[in-house]
Amino acid sequence: MNQKVQDAIRNVQHALMHAATHIEPELVVRIQAMERQTRQLMDELRSDDTRRDAYAASADVLAMILKNIGIADETHLPLCQDTGMVVASVSVGPNAPFTMQEIEQVITEGAREAALAGNFRNSVVQDPVFDRKNTQNNLPPIIHWQPSESPGIVIDIMLKGFGSENCSSLDMLNPTAQVEDIIEVVKSRVIAAGGKPCPPIVVGIGLGGTSERALQLSKQALLRPVGVSHQDPRYAALENRIEAALQHTHVGPGGMGGPLTTLGVAVEYESTHIAGLPVGISISCWADRKTRIVLEAADA
Amino acid sequence: MRELLLPLSVSDRLSLRAYDRVLFTGTLLVGRDQVHQRLADARKNGRDLPISLAGETIYYMGPAATPEGMVIGSCGPTTSARMDPFTGELYDAGLVATIGKGPRNDTVVEAIVRNRGIYFVAYGGCGALYAKTVQSVSTVAFADLGPEALLQLAVFQFPALVGIDSMGNSVFQQK
Repeated sequence: MNQKVQDAIRNVQHALMHAATHIEPELVVRIQAMERQTRQLMDELRSDDTRRDAYAASADVLAMILKNIGIADETHLPLCQDTGMVVASVSVGPNAPFTMQEIEQVITEGAREAALAGNFRNSVVQDPVFDRKNTQNNLPPIIHWQPSESPGIVIDIMLKGFGSENCSSLDMLNPTAQVEDIIEVVKSRVIAAGGKPCPPIVVGIGLGGTSERALQLSKQALLRPVGVSHQDPRYAALENRIEAALQHTHVGPGGMGGPLTTLGVAVEYESTHIAGLPVGISISCWADRKTRIVLEAADA
Repeated sequence: MRELLLPLSVSDRLSLRAYDRVLFTGTLLVGRDQVHQRLADARKNGRDLPISLAGETIYYMGPAATPEGMVIGSCGPTTSARMDPFTGELYDAGLVATIGKGPRNDTVVEAIVRNRGIYFVAYGGCGALYAKTVQSVSTVAFADLGPEALLQLAVFQFPALVGIDSMGNSVFQQK
């Protein structure tokens, strides 16, 4: 293994260890704001309003989450014991400094080292049906690849917990479906998930492509930093409309019926067939752990 | 905020109401998917369970690796709904309380009411916070399951909230 590969493995290891113990600062700010708003909305209710208990419990959930974020930072304990499966999205541009085989090695070995040094949980089993034998190293990672115009290599990785992953969905809508229909589908999926994915949640939505592509796009959407809107203003507006609709589902933090539910919504889209409109949804828990590793282009 | 001792007393169990905030101190059992599968298999085949469930509390959790100098790693609750198919008969077998995250199905609510049991919600994703409340860990059974083994924990001021009380009142009823 050459030095360059070893250095990249170290980069991935440290990035993943940081991701397991810290969420994006923007997310922390949003959780703080949600706690404040939840308490304000509770104070606005009459003292005999039956929603007071739900709002108080929701604010309590958010306060505990913030406390947990502080403890994870101090102790380097993973935020959540479900340190997830490693899901990587790799963009390979011109003059990439590594081969695909090397990149796979970098991600795999980086993930192995991070799980060991970062006290992750070994959450991966070798076969899904029969033995379900733990691989004992949290491997293998799941890797998606795409070519890119920008030089070098960008590796986006999330640590995907399965409480939220089990709430993923795919709906194949009619090509005549309207924006309202898409919003309705996302809303009903989020309501059905309820407290299971550890709300407040971040929602990634993939529109178009084929069935598997829509789900992959939903992961791509989750990898975008929270608070960054889609470049296309129509899709950015769609993100805002979905986010507003999800806030009023009354799922609430911990699923306890609070007034606010989501920390962010991101949409990605691709071309699709004249006969359909695939809607893939991936949900992340509040502990939306992700990181980006950039490997600079080799000198041309 | 009510401070409670574990195992849970009958009067605590019956007087707690949905949304009450609690802090547990004492011992509880830990088990998740595979433990439930094995307990169910043992009961189906008429075998003795590796532990008595009478008066016990089960926490749905599988810890992360234990860092040096600590007794346990990150250890927050897992999604309770996956344990729903096994839970009713465990309450019938003497279990009095479960701790997890998220909603339970109607069968579980019925079993709770039938047995005057209780379900607590721990704070989802707060694994680092819970690690600080654990004072000791021992493996009770199924060590081969690794992070899914049946454990016993001694905890100090472990925070949770009543999700479903002994009357069947739930924090998860949609309004």
